[in-house]
Amino acid sequence: MISLAGRDILHSWGKFVLTGIGLGLLIGVTLSMAGIYRGMVDDAQALLDNSGADLWVVQQDTQGPYAESSSLRDDVVRSVLGLPGVARAANVTYLTMQVRQSQGQGEARDGQEVRAMIVGFEPGQPGEPGYLVAGRHITRSHYEAVVDVRTGFALGERIRIRRHDYTVVGLTRRMVSSGGDPMVFIPLKDAQEAQFLKDNDAILNDRARTAANPALNRPGVPGLLEAIQASQAANHNVNTVLVQVQPGVPAESVAEPIRRWKHLEAYTRAQMEEILIAKLIATSARQIAMFLVILAVVSAAIVAFIIYTMTLGKIREIAVLKLIGTRNRTIAGMILQQALGLGLIGFIVGKVAATLWAPIFPKYVLLEPGDAVRGLVAVMLICALASTLAIRAALKVDPAAAIGG
Amino acid sequence: MIDAGIRIEGLRKRYGEGDTAVDALKDVNMTVAPGEVVGLIGPSGSGKSTLLKCLGAVIEPTAGRMILGGQTIYDDGWKIPDLRALRRDSIGFVFQAPYLIPFLDVTDNVALLPMLAGRSNDEARARALELLVALDVGHRAKAQPSELSGGEQQRVSIARALANQPPVILADEPTAPLDSERALAVVRILNQMATQFHTAIIVVTHDEKIIPTFKRIYHIRDGRTEEEVGQGLSL
Ligand SMILES: Nc1ncnc2c1ncn2[C@@H]1O[C@H](COP(=O)(O)OP(=O)(O)OP(=O)(O)O)[C@@H](O)[C@H]1O
Ligand SMILES: [Mg+2]
Repeated sequence: MISLAGRDILHSWGKFVLTGIGLGLLIGVTLSMAGIYRGMVDDAQALLDNSGADLWVVQQDTQGPYAESSSLRDDVVRSVLGLPGVARAANVTYLTMQVRQSQGQGEARDGQEVRAMIVGFEPGQPGEPGYLVAGRHITRSHYEAVVDVRTGFALGERIRIRRHDYTVVGLTRRMVSSGGDPMVFIPLKDAQEAQFLKDNDAILNDRARTAANPALNRPGVPGLLEAIQASQAANHNVNTVLVQVQPGVPAESVAEPIRRWKHLEAYTRAQMEEILIAKLIATSARQIAMFLVILAVVSAAIVAFIIYTMTLGKIREIAVLKLIGTRNRTIAGMILQQALGLGLIGFIVGKVAATLWAPIFPKYVLLEPGDAVRGLVAVMLICALASTLAIRAALKVDPAAAIGG
Repeated sequence: MIDAGIRIEGLRKRYGEGDTAVDALKDVNMTVAPGEVVGLIGPSGSGKSTLLKCLGAVIEPTAGRMILGGQTIYDDGWKIPDLRALRRDSIGFVFQAPYLIPFLDVTDNVALLPMLAGRSNDEARARALELLVALDVGHRAKAQPSELSGGEQQRVSIARALANQPPVILADEPTAPLDSERALAVVRILNQMATQFHTAIIVVTHDEKIIPTFKRIYHIRDGRTEEEVGQGLSL
């Protein structure tokens, strides 16, 4: 027996290919949506991996530092270091903001702006940028930066964060925030200052208020006012303490005493992942799931419509096929195979399209082979489902119709 | 008595029920011997298509008896169980238009029937080619139906009707769209095939060009048949 579906597809391949391309672009969008979700999860995991931490110590009753804001005194790290099982611990700050190119570096690149996550870290400690693709690590204690290549900044370029210019000395990659914003690493002290920096007017205003307070500005106590003002301007807070435990020590056994005795919250890697993936990107994930459902319905409608019209165009042939003794099963199989064929063409086009356009997306799009397989199965199921309309129409055709009136 | 060819006795067909019932066939009696071609003529609405549909096993008669190729297919309410297989194996159909399957080439249009009957592709195609050659369209075997002339298409459709060597061929106005010369050619072919394959052929027609060629004609009027002797002009 020959494949009726195959012959029909070959006979009207132009129609099939055009429809397949249309469907394929839709499937490409669907695969990209899934890829965007995977990219978000992967970004979150990369964020956790790159921090190099086993434990995140944050402000009590918060789910910081990524999902909620968290603020800790920067001397907490010392007491954490004293706990048994702790190998290393370091202060880190996170601040998402617009980072601008400094002025005066040539017209074309002046003022280029990018949304980035500023990470304040201590060199040689957890939280420092990992592998550098170019340049060197930060060696001076001020105004140097290592940036992710996705920021678009180049080595030697100067970027402006708040009131200071930083020189880009190193480049790293796949260092992004959970929101996919590329990271800019600067020394902790600079970051602390940037985080809590007030503008000049506010500082003057604060100073004037402090000076006007007789309790703080006491005649006969020289230096008191200056000390108070200095302490007001300085920032001794960080967002988290990243902890590495000693080999063989379970992170939870270190986290437990921190929670109990230090009035702090401590999250293990697994808990952090739970917070990032289940909570932080949950809304986006639902958003994407919504899109996937709509795209699936639209694809189904397109396939159903196309296969249905193609079948209606063949009613006469179907009547003849039935009259000369073709089984209903054979005719249904022919339509089903055509729908599946269309789905296959669409899937191939979609996969190629998604792969081609993935790098152009501003955020990371991770196309997982597993998703492709699931996508293929879903496309096939949708096509099979969509063909039922046409199959029903074909089965209703009366072989007597071939004989005419 | 069971015989080959076609035998119809007291066939009746009523469409619908009650007040709106239409008695399309009231008393149809016909015999067609193997190798014989008979004409079936009658005015519009007389029941020609209805008779053909009953014989073609796509609608069920109300009463009477039909025997095709020695096989009783209907007997007063009883009918042969597998009508689809009957149509495939025992009846060849030729229509007013060729109705070839547009996505199959000429050979496979003919070979499809033996394939449906379970023959291997090679066997089916060899049989198809044989018939195409016999019908003088062997040189177009690899063409698509749309690339054929009307007469060629009709010959291919006759080859298709013969593909499973059915004892019976039902032709429904097979010459209607053809000019006089081509119409006569089709009738000639049908006669040749009837002789060659011992096929009983009924040709429904009101084509004045070909009516004189039949030796026997059944005239159907208001659902009843009358047998007439035709001119039997030699082709
Ligand atoms: N499905 C049907 N339901 C009810 N009545 C029908 C049906 N089909 C045919 N008839 C009626 O049966 C009678 C015979 O119709 P039939 O189609 O057999 O005529 P015909 O001889 O083929 O006519 P024509 O030469 O115009 O094709 C007509 O009165 C017609 O209206
Ligand atoms: Mg008719």
